[in-house]
Amino acid sequence: MMGFGTLLIKELREQLRTGRLVAVAAVFILFGTLGPLTDRYMSELINALGSQGGEMTITVPPPSLSGAATQILKNLTQFGIVCALLLAMGSVAWEKDRGTAGMILTKPASRAAFLGSKLAAIAVNLAIAVILGCGLAYGYMLVLYPQAFDIVGYVEMALLLWWMLVGFASITLLGSTLTRSATAAAGIGLVALLVLSIAGSLPVIGPYMPISLGNVAFDLVLGSDPGWILGPIVFNVLLVPAVFGVTWLVFRNQEL
Amino acid sequence: MDATTLALVVLPLLLLQFGLLGYALYDLFQEDRRVRGDSKVMWALIILFVNVVGPLIYLFLGRDESRGVALEATATGAPAPGSSTAAILASWPRLESTTEAAVTTSGLTKRYRGGVVALDKLDLTVPSGSIFGFLGPNGAGKTTTLRLLTGLAGATAGTGTVAGVPIGRTDGQLARNIGYLDQDPRFYAWMKGRELLDMVARLHGLHGAERRRRVDDVLEIVGLRQAGHRRIGGYSGGMRQRLGIGQALINQPRVLFLDEPVSSLDPEGRRDVLAIISRLRGTATVFMSTHILNDVERVCDRVAILNLGHLVVEGPIDELLDRYAQPIFELEPEPQQPGAVEKLAGLMRRQRWAQEVQTTSDTVRVFAKDPGVAGPAILPLVVKSGVGLARFERERPSLEDVFLRLVAESGPPIAPAVHIPATGLDGRARR
Repeated sequence: MMGFGTLLIKELREQLRTGRLVAVAAVFILFGTLGPLTDRYMSELINALGSQGGEMTITVPPPSLSGAATQILKNLTQFGIVCALLLAMGSVAWEKDRGTAGMILTKPASRAAFLGSKLAAIAVNLAIAVILGCGLAYGYMLVLYPQAFDIVGYVEMALLLWWMLVGFASITLLGSTLTRSATAAAGIGLVALLVLSIAGSLPVIGPYMPISLGNVAFDLVLGSDPGWILGPIVFNVLLVPAVFGVTWLVFRNQEL
Repeated sequence: MDATTLALVVLPLLLLQFGLLGYALYDLFQEDRRVRGDSKVMWALIILFVNVVGPLIYLFLGRDESRGVALEATATGAPAPGSSTAAILASWPRLESTTEAAVTTSGLTKRYRGGVVALDKLDLTVPSGSIFGFLGPNGAGKTTTLRLLTGLAGATAGTGTVAGVPIGRTDGQLARNIGYLDQDPRFYAWMKGRELLDMVARLHGLHGAERRRRVDDVLEIVGLRQAGHRRIGGYSGGMRQRLGIGQALINQPRVLFLDEPVSSLDPEGRRDVLAIISRLRGTATVFMSTHILNDVERVCDRVAILNLGHLVVEGPIDELLDRYAQPIFELEPEPQQPGAVEKLAGLMRRQRWAQEVQTTSDTVRVFAKDPGVAGPAILPLVVKSGVGLARFERERPSLEDVFLRLVAESGPPIAPAVHIPATGLDGRARR
């Protein structure tokens, strides 16, 4: 991959300079820490609101580690996917549209390096955000709950979450390569998300879908038995390079 | 942002924002408020969250990196390329004297979906070391040709070489030998000019002190030494164009492709860019597409005219002018001779060698079919008419005249392209 190192440095610098690195990290920190806080204080908040004289009764489950895990995973999955789509949707489309892709690719830089540096930079960005978001959420749980998760299971959860987000980013990157419009690329990413979510609920192929990694992550963090996970994990590990390969095939002979 | 804006708008808004935030948090933690106990923490987070969401939306969606304060060339110290530039370019490796062509194409064709033929069987040879003007009206196929030659697009048929490397090679060999400036160069707005050149130099495999020296040299050549540390988003159009030439020069290319390098520039910017191109003579072969014919006459040795995807003519400029330019004779009668212009015009129109006669209030312009016959015949006719002449001149025909005539004549069906050899039709060596 001719020129990969130089282009990766450029991409990482771009993530930093354009504020994307900070923004994504802030989203993960915010929604990561909101997970345990929501679980811990929601019942009190509802009670406080309910005590204002209303007749309505709302039942909120008592705070628990599994509740916190649900909140963390739910928050970071939802907002993480949005971040992954936002990061990847314009990465190739904008460069093609503005002509910067042409400028780079008339230099000794391969098209595989051009694409690879983008996916790698997004993966690094998401990794930093997941580490910060999950790390701070873990710290909050240590403070707010009498006992904490097993750290190994928690790290495994963070890893699966990160890889799932990289998977969605790679699909959106494919969309960004297919089109010159970032909006269309985001649309492709959202349709892929929808299709994969529906497929995730199907009986045979469901466990293999990226979205199902969340269930595996949930079981791992709580120390439950997630069942047979080798197949789904191998499938999802291979999904990213497979999608990247398709992206490269599309981009290889594309006219700029 | 100036100090007044800062003082009158930004600071009050920030004070209001943080004042409200502080007051809400202060109020929240008062003992007599409805929210009690640990729920106060939740409310505090909601308040902080609302304060964070706005900036986040802005960071994701609101920023437009392509915009910035346009720093005009005059303000950023963009001197016309001068002696230091000449010294730098003199230290660069000269193109070796060779008979090998810098660019060759054979039957190069580009057909798009739907059957649109952008380029049709282009046979072209660009001598090494020349500054080659690639002319044509809009839609002639100039940019398509450049994209094929630089590897940004693939040919439907035909072959070509650039600096001896077949076009279409993807192993970096072609890229190492060329520089390319796009028609409308756009760069990463968040980057600084120097950083862009540094990145391109790294891609070309330059390291350490050599890379830093090359970046400095190129910034000097394109007159951006002072502006190199500024964000490209704040560059003016002329500065972006010069930066574009800089990134194309960083590898000391053997062939430099420039797509309409001056079309979007003001006269001063055009002058600077043309000066840079002129100074590259002997250092690189320059292949420049344009439709600004005055600029071509100023800097180019040879030209090719393309129309509707077909090559119309190719050769040294002087040779094209000699061969295709229609001679024009201009006559200006002495003042105080009422009806002199009309009298001369009528007389010229009756001559068989006069193709067209145009008049203004004080001049007569005669387009001659055969200058060899018209030249000696005009003055005796004037003497015979009794009109006194203040001026009689044979105008030097311009490349524009040739261009317009050939493009008009080359509408479909296309006549076979005419190639004029580098030595010229008369056998004399050309520039």
